[in-house]
Amino acid sequence: MISADIQILMPEIVLAVYAMGALLAAVYTTKDGMAPLLTWATSGLFVLLAVWIGINGQGTNIAFGGMFVDDGFARFAKITILLSAAAVLLMSESYMQRRGLLRFEYPLLVALAVVGMMVMVSAGDLMALYMGLELQSLSLYVVAALRRDSVKSTEAGLKYFVLGALSSGLLLYGASLTYGFAGTTLFSGIIEATADGASLGLLFGLVFLLAGFAFKVSAAPFHMWTPDVYEGSPTPVTAFFATAPKVAAMALFARVVHDAFGGIVGDWQQIVAFLSVVSMFLGAIAAIGQTDIKRLMAYSSIAHMGFALMGLAAGTAFGVQAMLIYMAIYVTMNIGTFAFILGMERDGRPVTNIESLRMYSKRQPLRALAMLVLLFSLAGVPPMVGFFGKFYVLRAAYDGGLAWLAVAGVIASVIGAFYYLRIVYYMYFGEEGEALDGKMNPVLWTFLMASALIMVVGVVNLFGIEPMAAAAAATLVQ
Amino acid sequence: MGNVLSLTTFLPLLGAVILALFLRGDDAAAQRNAKWVALLTTVTTFIASLFILANFDPADPGFQMVETREWLLGLQYKMGVDGISILFVMLTTFLMPLVIASCWDVGTRVKEYMIAFLLLETLMLGVFLALDLVLFYLFFEAGLIPMFLIIGIWGGKNRIYASFKFFLYTFLGSVLMLVAMVAMFADAGTTDIPTLMTHTFGTENFSILGVQIVGGMQTMLWLAFFASFAVKMPMWPVHTWLPDAHVQAPTAGSVVLAAILLKMGGYGFLRFSLPMFPVGSEVMGPLVLWLSAIAIVYTSLVALVQEDMKKLIAYSSVAHMGYVTMGIFAVNQQGVDGAIFQMISHGFISGALFLCVGVIYDRMHTREIDAYGGLVNRMPAYALIFMFFTMANVGLPGTSGFIGEFLTLVGIFQVNTWVAVVATSGVILSAAYALWLYRRVVMGDLIKESLKTITDMTRRERMIFAPLVAMTLLLGVYPALVLDIIGPSVNALVGNYETALATFEAATQFASN
Repeated sequence: MISADIQILMPEIVLAVYAMGALLAAVYTTKDGMAPLLTWATSGLFVLLAVWIGINGQGTNIAFGGMFVDDGFARFAKITILLSAAAVLLMSESYMQRRGLLRFEYPLLVALAVVGMMVMVSAGDLMALYMGLELQSLSLYVVAALRRDSVKSTEAGLKYFVLGALSSGLLLYGASLTYGFAGTTLFSGIIEATADGASLGLLFGLVFLLAGFAFKVSAAPFHMWTPDVYEGSPTPVTAFFATAPKVAAMALFARVVHDAFGGIVGDWQQIVAFLSVVSMFLGAIAAIGQTDIKRLMAYSSIAHMGFALMGLAAGTAFGVQAMLIYMAIYVTMNIGTFAFILGMERDGRPVTNIESLRMYSKRQPLRALAMLVLLFSLAGVPPMVGFFGKFYVLRAAYDGGLAWLAVAGVIASVIGAFYYLRIVYYMYFGEEGEALDGKMNPVLWTFLMASALIMVVGVVNLFGIEPMAAAAAATLVQ
Repeated sequence: MGNVLSLTTFLPLLGAVILALFLRGDDAAAQRNAKWVALLTTVTTFIASLFILANFDPADPGFQMVETREWLLGLQYKMGVDGISILFVMLTTFLMPLVIASCWDVGTRVKEYMIAFLLLETLMLGVFLALDLVLFYLFFEAGLIPMFLIIGIWGGKNRIYASFKFFLYTFLGSVLMLVAMVAMFADAGTTDIPTLMTHTFGTENFSILGVQIVGGMQTMLWLAFFASFAVKMPMWPVHTWLPDAHVQAPTAGSVVLAAILLKMGGYGFLRFSLPMFPVGSEVMGPLVLWLSAIAIVYTSLVALVQEDMKKLIAYSSVAHMGYVTMGIFAVNQQGVDGAIFQMISHGFISGALFLCVGVIYDRMHTREIDAYGGLVNRMPAYALIFMFFTMANVGLPGTSGFIGEFLTLVGIFQVNTWVAVVATSGVILSAAYALWLYRRVVMGDLIKESLKTITDMTRRERMIFAPLVAMTLLLGVYPALVLDIIGPSVNALVGNYETALATFEAATQFASN
């Protein structure tokens, strides 16, 4: 029995053992000297694991009496998480190296965070969920404060920690209420307990759980930490925050509402719809006044989470599929955008002010064009792939009887289009300003171009992720 | 020849890709090459489109040369052409070489400028040829990106404001259409336009927040599409983006905007609103008629007081589009025929008028009417051409402008006499503002010092105008050229509309009995 269980858990175990082994190895040998090697090795391992999961994964496997579920949904989310984490690690290497931030702990903390995320998306039990979530969160708190001598980075780490701890507390409170009223922490048990409606206590538990998740996906009104943490953290870390953890938290969100509370869709639907509409509008409106591109991306991510939640709010298998596709597209766009932001330098120092992009298109036409494509994609303007993400969630929301949410969403997307256009305005229409450095790391350049190209070429068939996401969603929502 | 439609649509894109990938440098030679490649591409596209016209059978009211491929999510890549769309395709391919030729003197970022126009051509052709809702939306919306850049990069002094206003205004209009498309997809289970034309959307009344919606779902869908097309047309009172965009856009941008992009709104009404939501159109029709009548009179009056030539012509465009919407929602053969005719003819005339402004703007770098006067003394050829298109704009018999206005007025007269009376006063007003403009710019003595050295049109400029003059005259004296092609399709459209309404009325009477 136990060997079969371990078999199912193998990718997580491999990654965890690797992280701990590498930690020991680095401590006893050259310490930070190993950091570049570890960065490459870790992202290589991520890719290998993604391939392994993609090829080997079959059917729905349940381990440890239902604590851990390995199904199509989890695998889709894990592959997205692993690939995006690998991309971000590769992008961060030279940036961190040149600023003396590339400690050996960095790739390993990211690896541990990824282990946590993989456990999260496979959780079949509130305990497993919490374990995964905390492993992820604790690693991220440290990574956020990686630049110890910077006040902003330390502040970011501390803020993230305090607010994250609060949200974990809320979540734990919700979990204990749920346990108390359902009599079990297993999702399969909770769904049985709610078969004929939820008791008031269970509803309270649900609400607290959802509040905790909303913190993790940075959905308004639980978004306050996002802009500060995005701005304060070193840019590669910000890029990481914007990608893999968002996918993990969103997948966890979907898993809990469907696997544990799938019987009472009506009860959580209105909460998710509310979170969605508030996030979309807050993200769109608050970003207008931003001058720092990292803060702007923070608000943009809040708005995007609102759209992903719109798919989830539908409460259907198609809604989950739409959410998965949306997240995959969102992550791809963000990797490209952050590759661009990481390349924004003047005299070798990072610049994050939007105005520094004045007439960027004159000096770097190709990079400006790639960024233009990404920005229109983020705004959801066809024919970029970002539009299809929006189309899927709109369809899901409409089918789920939430036509008003779809209307609200498109209006928010028009408001949001303004700030993406503002960046285009600086790059293409503005007056000449002080130039940014011309050179760009080839790794960053590759990711920027690849991401932009995907946004254009993907219009043909979205690289076939549609049937995969559909299969993944079907395993979650029966 | 199975995929001549896709070929025509994506030829300009191919030209743009070639320009982007293979053309290096920004010196005079590279700029000239970029222009030649663009001109060659647009001319080839025009020739390709002639094959469409040659293969087209006007007697068949259905879609022809249809191409279908599977796409995502049950959507299709489907292209096809019918009597309503084919002339818009021809208009686009005919005008684009002229547009490219008209920006021969542009000197900044020429390569990008050409790429933007070629992309725009692909997207515009796609709009008219797409036979799938989402594919249509894709082309419709994507066209905003190159136009946004054209106004923003190569535009006038106040270009930033104009480009943002243009983009956000039209984007807001069309996202509501997107939601409506999602709703139609959910309701009919397909996004195939020919299938949707035969699908009957719900007409049961319901109430939203206590407001009774007559015509139910059809009216809601109609309104959502109206939000998009009315902004695009543009109809009063959502026309305010147009004067700004026109004034700030470079000449070639203005020409494309007035001659082709505005037609997408009218095309949308004909392709979606009338055949798919007949009940919605019937319920909301009177509103459109009155909005059109107001637009014609109001914007003509506004045009009278303009001091900027481009703004004046922009307002006159809004007025002329008023005839189009009026004709469309009269929903009879004359009205719809007239509306399509008016759109095609306005494509030539307004394009030519913006080019006329461009000719003197290139020389004097101002569009202020007061800065000119007495041009006839030094620019006789220009005066003649400007005169011709001013008359065509007024609707002088013998030019294509007359046929369009006359047919729409005949159509509307049968439906609503009062609207017809109000709208006809627009004909007089248009004569007032157009002739007054002409008098102030061209007639009189040449007293302004700055104009003393102005030169007449070059050979290149004359060659650009020649095809436009020819088409305007040809359609003016032989309108059957257009009407024979669109006739059967329009006939089918009007017939289906009346059948659908009769069914609906029979059903409601049955229900009330």
